[in-house]
Amino acid sequence: MTGWSQALGAHPAGAAEGTTLTGNRGLQIEETLIFEQDSPGHCGVDLPEPPPHKSRLGTLERRAEIGLPGLSEPQIVRHFTRLSQKNYAIDSGLYPLGSCTMKHNPRLNEKLARLPGFADLHPLQPESTIRGALELIDTLAHWLKTLTGMPAVALSPAAGAHGELCGMMTIRAALAAQGDPRQRILVPESAHGTNPATAAICGYAIDPIAANARGRVDLAALKAKLGRDVAALMLTNPNTCGLFEDEILEIATAVHAAGAFFYCDGANFNAIVGRVRPADLGIDALHLNLHKTFSTPHGGGGPGSGPVALAASLAPHAPLPWLVHGESGMTLVEHSEGPAEMSIGRLKGFHGQMGMFVRALAYMMSHGADGLKQVAEDAVLNANYLRARLAGALSQSFPGACMHEVLFDDRFLKDTGVTTLDFAKALIDEGFHPMTMYFPLVVHGALLIEPTETESKASLDQFADTVIGLAARAKTGDVAGFQAAPRLTPRRRLDETAAARRPLLRWHPAPPAREAKE
Amino acid sequence: MRYLPLTPRDRQEMLATIGVRSIDDLFADVPNAARRAGLVDLPLAQGEIEVERALSRMAAKNVAAGSVPFFIGGGAYRHHVPAAVDHLIQRGEFLTSYTPYQPELAQGTLQSLFEFQTQVALLTGMEVANASLYDGATACAEAVAMAHRVTRRGKAVLSGGLHPQYREVCRTYAQFSGVEVSLLDATPGVAEIFDIDNNTACVVVQNPDFFGALRDGSALAARCHQAGALLVVVVTEIVSLGAVTPPGDMGADIVAAEGQSFGNSLNFGGPHIGLFAAREQQVRQMPGRLVGQTEDADGRRGWVLTLSTREQHIRREKATSNICTNSGLCALAFTIHLALLGEAGLTRLAQLNHAAACTLADRLAALPGVSLVNESFFNEFALRLPVPAAAAVAALADKGVLGGVPVGRFYPARDDLADVLLVAATETTTTNDIDIYYDVLAEVLR
Repeated sequence: MTGWSQALGAHPAGAAEGTTLTGNRGLQIEETLIFEQDSPGHCGVDLPEPPPHKSRLGTLERRAEIGLPGLSEPQIVRHFTRLSQKNYAIDSGLYPLGSCTMKHNPRLNEKLARLPGFADLHPLQPESTIRGALELIDTLAHWLKTLTGMPAVALSPAAGAHGELCGMMTIRAALAAQGDPRQRILVPESAHGTNPATAAICGYAIDPIAANARGRVDLAALKAKLGRDVAALMLTNPNTCGLFEDEILEIATAVHAAGAFFYCDGANFNAIVGRVRPADLGIDALHLNLHKTFSTPHGGGGPGSGPVALAASLAPHAPLPWLVHGESGMTLVEHSEGPAEMSIGRLKGFHGQMGMFVRALAYMMSHGADGLKQVAEDAVLNANYLRARLAGALSQSFPGACMHEVLFDDRFLKDTGVTTLDFAKALIDEGFHPMTMYFPLVVHGALLIEPTETESKASLDQFADTVIGLAARAKTGDVAGFQAAPRLTPRRRLDETAAARRPLLRWHPAPPAREAKE
Repeated sequence: MRYLPLTPRDRQEMLATIGVRSIDDLFADVPNAARRAGLVDLPLAQGEIEVERALSRMAAKNVAAGSVPFFIGGGAYRHHVPAAVDHLIQRGEFLTSYTPYQPELAQGTLQSLFEFQTQVALLTGMEVANASLYDGATACAEAVAMAHRVTRRGKAVLSGGLHPQYREVCRTYAQFSGVEVSLLDATPGVAEIFDIDNNTACVVVQNPDFFGALRDGSALAARCHQAGALLVVVVTEIVSLGAVTPPGDMGADIVAAEGQSFGNSLNFGGPHIGLFAAREQQVRQMPGRLVGQTEDADGRRGWVLTLSTREQHIRREKATSNICTNSGLCALAFTIHLALLGEAGLTRLAQLNHAAACTLADRLAALPGVSLVNESFFNEFALRLPVPAAAAVAALADKGVLGGVPVGRFYPARDDLADVLLVAATETTTTNDIDIYYDVLAEVLR
């Protein structure tokens, strides 16, 4: 038996190992909220005394205190440094979240995005002062159009889901322009939750399509559902089972024959970038997550950027603003007029996520056509290598080769008493971020692993050895050990049910009234 | 390629382990018709030196705001961001982590977002705030959608003082969701009359409004509530709340705001950060992520994402919004900057902004033919010029001054707005900048 279980035996029932006077544990230092460190009147920024002036605030001059705490700069730097040390990151280790493409974030891109000519540029400056910004946007658009094979790209969407919204709105606008409004969107059961949510926001009814035994769209089921009222199919390819939809050309043909559009969720574009062009697959609209395939950092939940490549049939409806080439060079079209007469309108303030555009272009130029193709190949190679290494220990949901991610389910945990969640939490103690859990919904207890191309073979081997070891341990009946995981993190398993039952969403200066009553 | 760790030998060994002969075997599911023999038609890989040179050349073709006397606002503001902010957000543990789905590995992100939510709630005078949306304009559209869900009514009345791009984004969203949007005319300096009926879900106003004017929304809030509608208040310059009565104190039901001014650069318009605050009783109708406090297995305080049953990954087509990725790192920058300022620093920062704008307004309005439209303002105001504002802005730019936003850029069909110029000042505006602006504008108008 391992030292791990023995240690648990010595520290039963949740008592943390290595109790200290402070509650700190070596490099893991406890940190209270900034609101609990308030020195009233203190400030971490030295600002001059305002010159005398007569207030023009009218009757709206603020009278009450806001309640913000006062701290000095060293306290703030220490606070956020300590908080950062409670995070896992791609900089610290393998981050195999399926469908999230957690790859290395090159620091050159950070440096370039901070050049004053990009970062210190106002979106409403006169065009004569933003020529380089328009050139960068145009260059990025050229790369994205070439990689997708599609004639137009809408750059303003702020993230993948926003890109979906853009794509579905252009589809609805195109159908309206044809005088053929339709009501239904077909969405495979394996789709990201954003797909049905987006279609619903656009006013459509959602019709799910089942997967076949091979983890792909059931072509016969799809054809049976296609009809005069279907506006579009929303498909992810490679799909969230990590598989290429090998009947995609037949799917596209059937969708188009029914007068519908083919929307593709490009979250998994990393598997095919530089090797396969979505236009060659019959796709009419596809969003790209610059924060996935093109390595702009995820930042703990954003910001992202979700450009949408559009077929010629949808391009006239692209959102504002448009960047067009005219006689006097490039110019911005900001209103639904002239060439943009059929635009759906504006989706976001200003011109899109420029900071992400700079990073993504630096990434693409660094790789080049050759490097991007290698990205797709190494991403697929790494995923298949893990598939091969883990085949004996875990249960692969669909047999055969995968693309950039590999899907397992919880059959390998059958009768062990250990769940997918327990297994994931045990990986945390071993120093790995877990894979995506319980998604996609088409298999039971899903474990979706996406290593990306920026992991070395040694890193993959260490991960595979660990997963194999944990799978073996699960079969020894050490349920309590798994259920107690993680034990070595700043916090152990957190009670999410209690958080949702009585939501406490902000700090209060005193205990909330409802607690005082109890 | 410097970002790819696999060696040719690794690749061969790995193919052998997998049991295939070549990488092409792993792409066998791609239909023949879609397979490509060679590379896509794009340049080949380049080193750091080449990429840096190429992009630096593009950057050098732009006029950076900080390199000239600068007076542009209109929903994005140039403020000084303390050096500690960018240092801290570039720590890899923040920069390169994902959405905090595994809370035990993300207490840093989660605690900072809990602090962010608290700061936003305090600033806006509201009870709860979410963990951010994309930007102010999309936050405004989400507010309209939420008001529609809460009231089950079909119409939104949008003030003419609301930022024109926020109006456009609301209209874009609404034309697909079936909410009727009623747009009042943009008339700077004139009090608006809102028609609130029993199908009105919400009235949306901005404070300070697009033209910089401040208005007390208390009476409007009372009218909305009497009629069963919600009042949505938009704030595009969040620094104003250091000096101005917060929307919550005026009776706002939802606050949708742009938070770029704290911690975030202009970035040519993005990424910025949408703030969204509401009343606690409607928290389950809110869009976006929420962080909540809880305890771990040892009874210690910790944080998790909560109320996820509102969200797309659980609720799918019945979700309150489709948003997934938001503005996490921008929220962190916001939180650090505001934590550095604190109560005293924010109060003084707001005073500095206001003082600079007061000085600027007095100087410019003294020019012949120039008049100040606003009775009240914070750090931005509208001027009427004796010439078209777009022409004046172009002439100013030629002389090295970025003088403001011609309102006609947003309302090209409105001849009566062609001479209106929006002008902003912040704590970064110097007396010398103001002197230069005065002299150059005098020259342009001569």
